[in-house]
Amino acid sequence: MDNTSLSRRNFLKTTGAAGAFLSLGFYMPASAKQAKIVTAAEADQFGVELNAWIHIDQSGKVTIFNHRAEMGQGSYQAVPQIVAEELEVNLADANIVSAKGNKEKYGSQITGGSSTVRGSYKNLLKLSATAREMLIQAAAAKWSVDKATCYAEGGKVFHKPSGRQMHYGELVEAASKLEPPKDVVLKKRADYKLIGKPLKRMDTHLKTNGTAVFGIDKMLPGMLYAAVERNPRMLGKVKSFDDSAALKVPGVKKVVKIKRGVFTAYREGVAVVADSTWAAIQGKKALKVQWDDSGFEHLDTEEIYKRQAKALDTQEGLPFKKQGDVDGILSKASKKIEATYETPYQYHACMEPLNCVAHYQGDKLQIWGPVQAPEWLQEYLSKEMGLDKKNVEVNMTFLGGGFGRKALMDYPHEAAEISKAMKTPIQVVWTREDDATQGPYRPGITYRCEGVVKDGGIDALKVKLAGQNIGHASGAPKDKPNGSASEGFLKPYAESIKNLAIMDVPFETPIPVIWWRSVYASTNGFAYESFLDELAAEAGKDPLDFRRAHLKEERLQKLIDKIESVSGWKKRKKGEGFGVAITECFDSTVAQVVKVSKAATGGVKIDKVWAVMDCGWYVNPDTIEAQVEGSIVMGLGAATMHEVKFKDGIPVDNNFSTYQMPRITDIPPIEVHIMDNDENAGGVGEPGLPPFAPALTNAIFDLTGKRIRKLPFNLAAV
Amino acid sequence: MTKIKLNINNKDTVLEADPQMPLLWAIRDLAGLKGTKYGCGVAQCGACVVHLNGEAVRSCVTKVSRAEGKKVVTIEGLSEDNNHPVQKAWQDLDVPQCGYCHSGQIMSAVVLLREKPDPTDQDIDDAMAGNVCRCGTYLRVRKAIHLASELQKTASNG
Ligand code: FES
Ligand code: FES
Repeated sequence: MDNTSLSRRNFLKTTGAAGAFLSLGFYMPASAKQAKIVTAAEADQFGVELNAWIHIDQSGKVTIFNHRAEMGQGSYQAVPQIVAEELEVNLADANIVSAKGNKEKYGSQITGGSSTVRGSYKNLLKLSATAREMLIQAAAAKWSVDKATCYAEGGKVFHKPSGRQMHYGELVEAASKLEPPKDVVLKKRADYKLIGKPLKRMDTHLKTNGTAVFGIDKMLPGMLYAAVERNPRMLGKVKSFDDSAALKVPGVKKVVKIKRGVFTAYREGVAVVADSTWAAIQGKKALKVQWDDSGFEHLDTEEIYKRQAKALDTQEGLPFKKQGDVDGILSKASKKIEATYETPYQYHACMEPLNCVAHYQGDKLQIWGPVQAPEWLQEYLSKEMGLDKKNVEVNMTFLGGGFGRKALMDYPHEAAEISKAMKTPIQVVWTREDDATQGPYRPGITYRCEGVVKDGGIDALKVKLAGQNIGHASGAPKDKPNGSASEGFLKPYAESIKNLAIMDVPFETPIPVIWWRSVYASTNGFAYESFLDELAAEAGKDPLDFRRAHLKEERLQKLIDKIESVSGWKKRKKGEGFGVAITECFDSTVAQVVKVSKAATGGVKIDKVWAVMDCGWYVNPDTIEAQVEGSIVMGLGAATMHEVKFKDGIPVDNNFSTYQMPRITDIPPIEVHIMDNDENAGGVGEPGLPPFAPALTNAIFDLTGKRIRKLPFNLAAV
Repeated sequence: MTKIKLNINNKDTVLEADPQMPLLWAIRDLAGLKGTKYGCGVAQCGACVVHLNGEAVRSCVTKVSRAEGKKVVTIEGLSEDNNHPVQKAWQDLDVPQCGYCHSGQIMSAVVLLREKPDPTDQDIDDAMAGNVCRCGTYLRVRKAIHLASELQKTASNG
């Protein structure tokens, strides 16, 4: 197994596929909606480049291109598990390599939006089943028997009546000459041997002995290391710099001014290049840089939220959704419930700080790095560096976390610029302080909610939100509401709440913002699910029953029944605080119940978290459990420990000494359940995060009668 | 630049380094052993934990000069075949997600289990609180340490 990428030529060399082979891939004609499955021969004939997802050589070895970056959510595992299932090979015989950034070849490779499995599983299943059928057909032809009397298992084709068998390797040559069948029958869920089973991850052993190569671990011969001083106010330019002290640091070779693109703007920095990371960091500390950061505001956190409040006071906002007579009912109601929720800016804090290796060679650029979106990067760098796209090679390494931040192009761009200036391979390593203080961050958003309760249900609901729109940086129109304004809010509410308005109040600051694990659902979910709880309390209803009454869909009813039973919701006792929240994002719905009690040392403590995930069709329950646990831990940090605060336009906390992270001592027991159904696959890496914060604060209300409407808050101070 | 003699993973090694350089960067950039990770550089995350004469130290705040004449063990040198009881337990329970923090987690856990072969949850919390995992694998870390403790016992009995 190798986690470095291979060009097709190297790939053939490395796999020793000198002889015949069966190689099947997607051919995604621009005009067609459906992937066309083609053999290598067909691809050559039509002059299209083959998407070599699956490659079986004469030794019977199966190689799978892992087209997604691996950043912890287990795509390294899920893709081979899917392929091996329909191809009928043992998982151990399926080797996996990362594919390079190349949209023509591999389709979308962006790891984001929890899309690894949900975006590709149907094509992968079909492709694998097609290869299997071709191998069966080849064997049947060799034996001159009806292919219906043959079956495949464990990398072999068997003839049932005679017991004859042939290894895939012996069949690839004949199979490769066949026309791929148009329609293949996929297996039923009940017949799965690998999918849906808690199989071991294939990359674990690489991560227990230091052999997994992350971006920061990549080395090239002659490579130098760079550290970059960047404007502490994130935007702005270099006015001047003095590098005399930096150049005296042993090991420092050169100092260069460089730029990197962040969305549509360029940001400047001063790079110190040295023969070790540490020397580069020392050189960077010795730099004296004058910044020109005129032209944009230096905001404080308090000011940002004051302005959001003011925007909500004075503006009606753009209607994202408006139905019924919300305003009429709200203005006439004898009793109106109102609440404002504040959610903070958040930092991704991947354990692996940003870094990238670049080797610029005049007409060619090679990149190795922890990147979530290699195809965007290839395209971007070819434009920025003025190179032909085919001469920009993006190699994915393991990612030490991504969470949305590593989909940006700025850190590879910077590496490419430095390599170009130095004419050597370069690795740029961001210090933790650089990583923590440069953004982009998850936007902090304020929500103003109003509601009216009638006959035990919701008569009218209006939510106004003011926060930065991530889409604006990449050109989303500013006169349209944020397209994600209801992310996290369960869709069926829009059917049961006849009078409903969701209004997006435009809000801007110079702080760059970007997706953060579960994106808007991570903030929206807190507001929506907290306010629903407030309305339930007003209606005098049990919070779970109240939701049940508004969510008519059968799939949701089952989810609610499940969380109710596994959490012992109905049997909860006095003095135990129970809170529930249910949110949806990336086509998966997660319900969580949090149980809290008074802590001996003051405040409250979390006793337990129950989570039920409905992600439809799924591959590996063990991965889902791990992802939901991880999402809850990340949600716990964001709800109770940290936020990005700004003072005079500069992020205040720059390392884990003050930006407090959840640690092993903070983690309550977590119990994860998964719904079994055949619905379309949804995401698993993110949807477990949004319900945690509201379930927790709803539980605190249940215990203490106190509503927490601003995140983060201190558990010990409740 | 000074010549610093030390033993890394049972190999006598001479590094030509600025004596002020943290052991972390000497191991990574000069010795080329990239299994030990940089996470914070200020002794807050534990990604860089290695063993210095058997003790768990944060190599990001340990000067390379302090390792002069000493034995350094990194994740690469923990076992021959990735089969230390702690590594086996980690594999058995599929502890890592992104995996970046786990070199440090494993190196911390090894020292804990040497000092307390049968740790309680509280012992684990105390020993592992210095290791941050952004992916949130803590519950599995705890489970795996208990499992490693079992594996260690069977290994020494057998
Ligand atoms: S890198 Fe040494 S403790 Fe974080
Ligand atoms: S597994 Fe990703 S930081 Fe621990």
